[in-house]
Amino acid sequence: MRELRYREALREAIAEEMDRDDRVFLMGEEVGYYQGAYKVTEGLLERFGARRVVDTPITEEGFAGVGVGAAMVGLRPIIEFMTWNFSAVAFDQIINHAAKIRQMSGGQFACPIVFRGPNGAARQTGAQHSQCWEAFYTHIPGLKVVAPATVADAKGLLKSAIRDDNPVLVLEDERLYGLKGEVPDGDHLVPIGLSAQVRDGDAVTIVTWGKMLHMVLPACEILAKEGVECAVIDLRSLRPLDLGPALASVEKTGRALVVQEAWPYGGVGAEVVDRIQRDAFGALKGPVLRVTGRDASMPYNKHLEDLTIPSVDTVVRGVRAVLAW
Amino acid sequence: MAAPADELLGLYRQMLLIRRFEEAAAKAYSQGKIGGFLHLYIGQEASAVGALANLNAGDAIVGTYRDHGIALARGMSARACMAELYGKVTGCSKGLGGSMHFFDAERRMLGGDGIVGGHVAVAAGVAFASKYRDRREVTLCFLGEGSVSIGGFHEALSLAALWDLPLVVIVENNEYSMGTPLSRTLAVHDTSQKAHGYGMASDRFGTSDVLEVKRRVGEAVARARETSKPTLIEVQTYRYRGHSMSDPGKYRTADEVELRKKTDPIVKAEADLRALGVGDADIARIEAEVEAEVEDASRFAEESAEPGEELIEAFTYA
Ligand SMILES: Cc1ncc(C[n+]2csc(CCOP(=O)(O)OP(=O)(O)O)c2C)c(N)n1
Ligand SMILES: [Mg+2]
Repeated sequence: MRELRYREALREAIAEEMDRDDRVFLMGEEVGYYQGAYKVTEGLLERFGARRVVDTPITEEGFAGVGVGAAMVGLRPIIEFMTWNFSAVAFDQIINHAAKIRQMSGGQFACPIVFRGPNGAARQTGAQHSQCWEAFYTHIPGLKVVAPATVADAKGLLKSAIRDDNPVLVLEDERLYGLKGEVPDGDHLVPIGLSAQVRDGDAVTIVTWGKMLHMVLPACEILAKEGVECAVIDLRSLRPLDLGPALASVEKTGRALVVQEAWPYGGVGAEVVDRIQRDAFGALKGPVLRVTGRDASMPYNKHLEDLTIPSVDTVVRGVRAVLAW
Repeated sequence: MAAPADELLGLYRQMLLIRRFEEAAAKAYSQGKIGGFLHLYIGQEASAVGALANLNAGDAIVGTYRDHGIALARGMSARACMAELYGKVTGCSKGLGGSMHFFDAERRMLGGDGIVGGHVAVAAGVAFASKYRDRREVTLCFLGEGSVSIGGFHEALSLAALWDLPLVVIVENNEYSMGTPLSRTLAVHDTSQKAHGYGMASDRFGTSDVLEVKRRVGEAVARARETSKPTLIEVQTYRYRGHSMSDPGKYRTADEVELRKKTDPIVKAEADLRALGVGDADIARIEAEVEAEVEDASRFAEESAEPGEELIEAFTYA
């Protein structure tokens, strides 16, 4: 085990996969000479050269499409979006091309591509730069979507994503880039499509992913002091979605809460609620509730931003609301 | 004072206001009073000031996240702009927008857009509306040279030329797109060439002389107003500060920046004013006025109230 930062774990994943497979290359804005807008790709240009670490102009639709074409003929591109907000410009390539090539070609062409970058709110970057993209992309058959919350998963999921024969979208988080955590030595792979129980408890099952895990765990400590022990499931993969551990936990607790940064309307949380009520209906003592970001575009003002994103406090209140049934 | 001195004095004052305003904003940012992204315009002032000097009240402006200069040049108050940076309810977007999203409906300032390229099409839409209503209004749209490869820009130019929209698109070529010099984002160095394929007029000039900027943009504005034809302009300029406050600027040398400061538009305007007979006392008076205005704006921003929680959802729908 070694302690790394989240951004370093991502960088290691990219470097190791580029070392082992010449088909893997990295492309995006400021990934090379500038060393990455958030320093995830620091040193990679020096190490792998400009053939494999490709700086692009601001052309998201263009370079996403270049990635798709290269992937169709056997390369394994890692396409960085400076943030997922800019993927809106490349929506057509991800949705109409990457996701559909295999089906439309009757299985003749694969699209083994990774799209990655920070998702969700950073700090006070306003309405256009603070959005959660999981609801948009998990909606699409043909795409896989992962959202690592821990440093070890950042490395292990990204490596699995690069080796996957499908388009995989890796939702990172700017607020997690500096996070420190232990990473197993060696070729650390985390399979896509497996959630993890990260805390055990008998009161409420909390299902979450991404940076919200770091709101949920402190909330659990506060509740534990009152004798309320919550189980916590980190989904890690949002599509495919593994609710096995969550359902097993709900069989014990009879209560569940989903915590997400994303807006409430539709989305991954709603999908989780639907599956729990269908597959664990008999065990439930009350409705499955959700703590979500508020249903509005992100305000710039710091105080309002804090009120818009779920906090430790709103998670605690969410658990109490679930227990009140 | 002679008339030319009067005109230049006004433009000089506006440029100085932008510079002092942003110096104060940079300081407040380093003190944690301003958050998020802060993209400074310092060095590029003559572009906004010269260009906007051609506009009438009914004309419109659409800009990027680097929008403080165009906002102040449009006559938005330093108070409303600084308060927006502080995220206060008295700000030009009520503290909901921040540095990248300055708006002012009364002055027809339509942002402050943070996603590169799409706003050029929005600007074409504003110009479309002017033509639709048969009003002789012009829309001015700004973007950076690093943004001329994106689809939104090209689709907008194509439509503006096809439909003869009264639009002037100004590419501010400050030589860098974040840390990437123009030579690594484009196969040509002259972004105004992009106009040719669309059959629209173009122009290209530097920003060291604010009066020259005014005159040249004025030709394009007149073309839009009189004949409803769009123009693409590249202004050659330079930003002295980083892309945003978090940019360490390792991609260029300090010598390069110092060299470029030698053609500073404010320094030149001041020298030209002196040559026109404006004395120390007049310059000193303007400097004092501008400093007082910025201090007042900072105080106003500090003392203003935060927006209330009820504003989070208040503007989601009409
Ligand atoms: C579609 C999109 N992609 C990426 C970004 C991130 N970004 C913001 S500004 C910028 C550089 C723009 O450079 P340029 O167009 O030269 O304008 P300048 O900042 O120099 O004024 C980038 C990459 C963005 N805002 N929108
Ligand atoms: Mg630029």
